[in-house]
Amino acid sequence: MKVLAAMSGGVDSAVAAARAVDAGYEVTGVHLALSRNPQTYRSGARGCCTIEDARDARRAADVIGIPFYVWDLAERFHTEVVDDFVAEYAAGRTPNPCLRCNEKIKFAAVLDKAVALGFDAVVTGHHARLGADRRLRRSVDPAKDQSYVLAVLSRRQLDRAIFPLGGSTKAHVRAEAADRGLAVADKPDSHDICFVADGDTPGFLAGRLGAEPGPIVDADSGEVLGAHAGAYRFTVGQRRGLRLDRPAPDGRRRYVLSITPVSNTVTVGPAEALAVSTVSGERPVWTDSARPPAGPVECEVQLRAHGDPVPAVVSLSGGGLTARLRRPVRGVAPGQAVVAYRPDPGGDIVLGSATISAAKPAGW
Amino acid sequence: MAYLDHAATTPMLPEALDAYVQVARELGNASSLHAPGRCARRRVEEARERIAAALGARPSEVVFTGGGTESDNLAVKGIFWARRAADPARTLVVASEVEHHAVHDAVGWLVEHEGARVTWLPVDGSGRVQVDAVRAVCQADGDQIALVTAMWANNEVGTVQPVSELAEIAASHRVPLHTDAIQAVGQVPVDFSASGVAALSVTGHKLGGPVGVGALLMGREVDCTPLLHGGGQERDVRSGTLDVPGVVAFSVAVEMAAKGQPEHAARLAALRDELVARVRAAVPNAVYNGDPEHRLPGNAHFSFPGCEGDALLLLLDAQGIACSTGSACSAGVAQPSHVLLAMGASEPAARSSLRFTLGHTSTRAEIEALAAALPAAVERARRAGPRA
Repeated sequence: MKVLAAMSGGVDSAVAAARAVDAGYEVTGVHLALSRNPQTYRSGARGCCTIEDARDARRAADVIGIPFYVWDLAERFHTEVVDDFVAEYAAGRTPNPCLRCNEKIKFAAVLDKAVALGFDAVVTGHHARLGADRRLRRSVDPAKDQSYVLAVLSRRQLDRAIFPLGGSTKAHVRAEAADRGLAVADKPDSHDICFVADGDTPGFLAGRLGAEPGPIVDADSGEVLGAHAGAYRFTVGQRRGLRLDRPAPDGRRRYVLSITPVSNTVTVGPAEALAVSTVSGERPVWTDSARPPAGPVECEVQLRAHGDPVPAVVSLSGGGLTARLRRPVRGVAPGQAVVAYRPDPGGDIVLGSATISAAKPAGW
Repeated sequence: MAYLDHAATTPMLPEALDAYVQVARELGNASSLHAPGRCARRRVEEARERIAAALGARPSEVVFTGGGTESDNLAVKGIFWARRAADPARTLVVASEVEHHAVHDAVGWLVEHEGARVTWLPVDGSGRVQVDAVRAVCQADGDQIALVTAMWANNEVGTVQPVSELAEIAASHRVPLHTDAIQAVGQVPVDFSASGVAALSVTGHKLGGPVGVGALLMGREVDCTPLLHGGGQERDVRSGTLDVPGVVAFSVAVEMAAKGQPEHAARLAALRDELVARVRAAVPNAVYNGDPEHRLPGNAHFSFPGCEGDALLLLLDAQGIACSTGSACSAGVAQPSHVLLAMGASEPAARSSLRFTLGHTSTRAEIEALAAALPAAVERARRAGPRA
């Protein structure tokens, strides 16, 4: 079987490619050039799109002994991920660009091209399990588990994906890389968002969306408590950076409860007002069964990357997904994914996911 | 393996390799005054004379360099600096739009950092520089021109330029013309003196010599400011201890390439014509780029409508066929070729191109391997679409 290994220049994708070779696949390595101008993206070992990363990926491919190419996906990445990221913030939501990149780039643009060129699957270094039963499960390393950002993949996409690392901890992967003579064995992990060079997301957004001053309004009293320079600087549940001109009438701390782009209003309230017990999602993907379940499903949901799972009842209807949480959760941001898992001793199984469109407080 | 990328680099000629190994065993810095130094110096001067004789130059006109890129940079920047120093009004560089990056980017650097101005010479649809454009710019701005640079033969599409004509026009306006002849030597007749150019770049590894050694042939009357300062080993224009085995092997390869040029060119042209016929038969809508007449005998360059050159390269590589998209890379990301764009190709057409180049080890079997693999590769690449 011929497979294409996406190689970022990091340790995970290098070991994943090497394991694919060991497993008997005919492997070709590809580095995805995602920046329109590689020099401008973050330098050093933190990013995933620099010339240095391309070189690291090439060296890893040499050591593994596979052909290696660079594919230029900068335009697609810019349209599908970066522009989407900016537009989502502008619409008052909090997007997850890694998830979008998996959905639109790695397992769409790259996968489609790979299949057309005669490859059978795409191999990545994601920490998630995809075993013989083809179910997507959490990694054995809970701290590194990336099933959340893969839960958006459809059955068709998963059927052409190979994740060789899901059964290993990150420490194990690093040790194996060293054993294999891969120079990236001790390369630091990438963090944050690869296309935000300095990690300053509000600054990045301000550069694209400009300053858009608006009011910060108290949810209870309706009073204007302060002003903001752009609603995109906030996310639901945020407390820092509000810089209220005056305390709320009840003197308690205020948190962002919601963002209303039309009136450019940031609404704040006390911590308990953040609690939600019903989460609605749009564009649902269900991979647990061939057809979406007819009735409600007892499961757990995760509502942000690295968030704790919460017991819930999930149902799909009318092109949407609804999760009724067994206990209230604070700080659920529209734009993030709601991912449904079934707890399993062999790794919690991803059932499906949707993009959070609304969250309703407890008591509704 | 079918190696169809001789324009990137070609195997060393056995004679050049033997010469390299023999001289590499010898001791001596060609600048030293003692016996081993004199021995090395003698090797270098014999090599210089060999190259001069092979390329129609005087030995004193041969400046050894570290290869083609250095020769091009030395000519473009060095002549610009020297001419401007002599007359501050001479800040205009005239260059063809299809130059190799070693010239193209050196000119761009002068514009960005040295206050140079540039007039890019347009080319026609086959990649030929328009002689009238050179005449016009020389007549209009002759007293402001630092140098004209136009390559002898293009590295991507193989188009051979009317270099003598261009040099004559430049000379009549007392303007020096530099030519990058890196792809030309060994494939077409190259005579430095007869061509009338002021400076000519040549490199070893494109003609059967080693990588990392080349020369700039430059008339004694041409002023050139050094890029590299130091011991002044080469006419005070180029410093650095000479790579004696490299220089000797280079000279052996140049001599063989020049002497064997007519037979070599005839053999390559016959093979190339067969390659072109087989590609056209295999992929009827393939577009043959470049000039059918004024062309390097070892070059065939095609666009494959609806395909990405990158995808074709990957698929052919997997079949053991080595060729090139012919375009420059940064971080391995292919940019659409500035040569094809200058020739009027659209960006998708430029991205759909492959270059096949032949050399002294090429065989019919390699062409047959290409013809056998190409239809399926084109079919797949088309399905993958022009852009990912």
